[in-house]
Amino acid sequence: MIRIEHISKRYRMRFGFHEVFQDLSLTIHRGEKIGILGRNGSGKSTLIRLLGGSELPTTGKITRSMSVSWPLALSSAFQGSLTGLDNLHFICRVYGREPAPTVGYVAEFAGLGRFMREPVHSYSAGMRARLAFALSMVIEFDCYLIDEVIAVGDAQFQQRCREELFGRRGDRAMIIVSHMPHIVAEHCERAAILEAGQLSEPLPVAEALDRYAELSQV
Amino acid sequence: MSISTDIRVTSFAESLTIQRRVVYALVLREILTRYGRHGLGFLWLFLEPMLFSVGVLAVWKLFHATHLVLPLAPFTLSGYATVLVWRNTIGRVIAAVEPNRALLHHRNVRVIDLFLARIILELGSTTTSFLVMYGALMALDLAPWPADLSAMLMGWGALSLLSASLALLVGPLATLNDSVERVWHVFSYLFLPASGAFFVVSALPMRLQSIALWVPTVHCVELLRQGIFGRAYHGHYDLGFVFTVCLAVLVPGLYLVRYVQSQVEGE
Repeated sequence: MIRIEHISKRYRMRFGFHEVFQDLSLTIHRGEKIGILGRNGSGKSTLIRLLGGSELPTTGKITRSMSVSWPLALSSAFQGSLTGLDNLHFICRVYGREPAPTVGYVAEFAGLGRFMREPVHSYSAGMRARLAFALSMVIEFDCYLIDEVIAVGDAQFQQRCREELFGRRGDRAMIIVSHMPHIVAEHCERAAILEAGQLSEPLPVAEALDRYAELSQV
Repeated sequence: MSISTDIRVTSFAESLTIQRRVVYALVLREILTRYGRHGLGFLWLFLEPMLFSVGVLAVWKLFHATHLVLPLAPFTLSGYATVLVWRNTIGRVIAAVEPNRALLHHRNVRVIDLFLARIILELGSTTTSFLVMYGALMALDLAPWPADLSAMLMGWGALSLLSASLALLVGPLATLNDSVERVWHVFSYLFLPASGAFFVVSALPMRLQSIALWVPTVHCVELLRQGIFGRAYHGHYDLGFVFTVCLAVLVPGLYLVRYVQSQVEGE
């Protein structure tokens, strides 16, 4: 379970403080799939970073009794001057996993082959994104954070990503953040709407989509 | 296969294991990003400070008086090596967070780990290069076998501890405010003559001696040299003073590290 209790987050800006949200609460249970709908700039990514623990809330408390992934397929979490293999080793060391058995999987899944031993900055954008996704699959988590959905690679690769994530790991909790309603509709049972610094109660997904559609029209 | 990366249920011992793992991963990563794997690769870790010391030795040899009470080579090396310890350790920690901010997406990677990894790497490389250089001087018959090895190591250890403590204060300050880096550059040059690297306390006039002993690095260098040259060196040192300074900077330093952690923003 992840429990968020009355958190707020504000950033110091040139003009003073920018408060992204106030008094936000949410509970995610094991295996539950929750969508967060919000327009651009509503604070979705900030919420993901707080859930993942890379940033701390200004006030309030977040407790986790399940392991939570880093934001999925995030290519910026890797180092360009290092090779794909180095990045894999780094991730494995940080999360305490033996790297050797995973090398083949990552090279094959990301379709990198010999490029595993080349620096990441020599990769195409597609290769980079595929590596990032493959690395995210190396460590098993109880809960996956998905920020906008994996629009990575060609149709075939996307199909494989979906299998890995929603098929093989279908029993895990997931938090899917998106401004595209159909993605949330496809994978989540419930969804909450982030708007003007407030997060609604999680609603059944159909209801949430209606509410979101209304908001978007205004 | 499920690997728990939970923080709520981790005990202190488990946290320590995670931290060790993370710092180790960061150190290896840092070596690779800085030195790559081509050519001499990570040997530069030791060659860089070594080349510097050799250069300084050569310059001293060229311009300096021929009759000295202390052997020139070990005196210069012990001085210059100590400068490298505090200057590199603190200098490297200043830019520890910015280029690594993306790594903070991995929750187990904390700001303190970024600092620790750089401190460990820098202390490790300067220590190794000092030991290798000193060994080389001994082999060339330019330096004596240390008169008191434990004193020598204690002086070095105290200096390492002091540098690490200072780094944990300067590091977060520099992360919070860019001007700290520029001030540090100026300060580190101005501080050089006062650091104790290039003078002997007992050879100073009395009045200057008491002033010099307010500088914590002086105590470490004195103890180190006493270890090298023996009792005849008349080292002036007070380890209690050095440790007090360490503690006095560590306490606010660690608070600041925690503050930086609460402020840091992912990419």
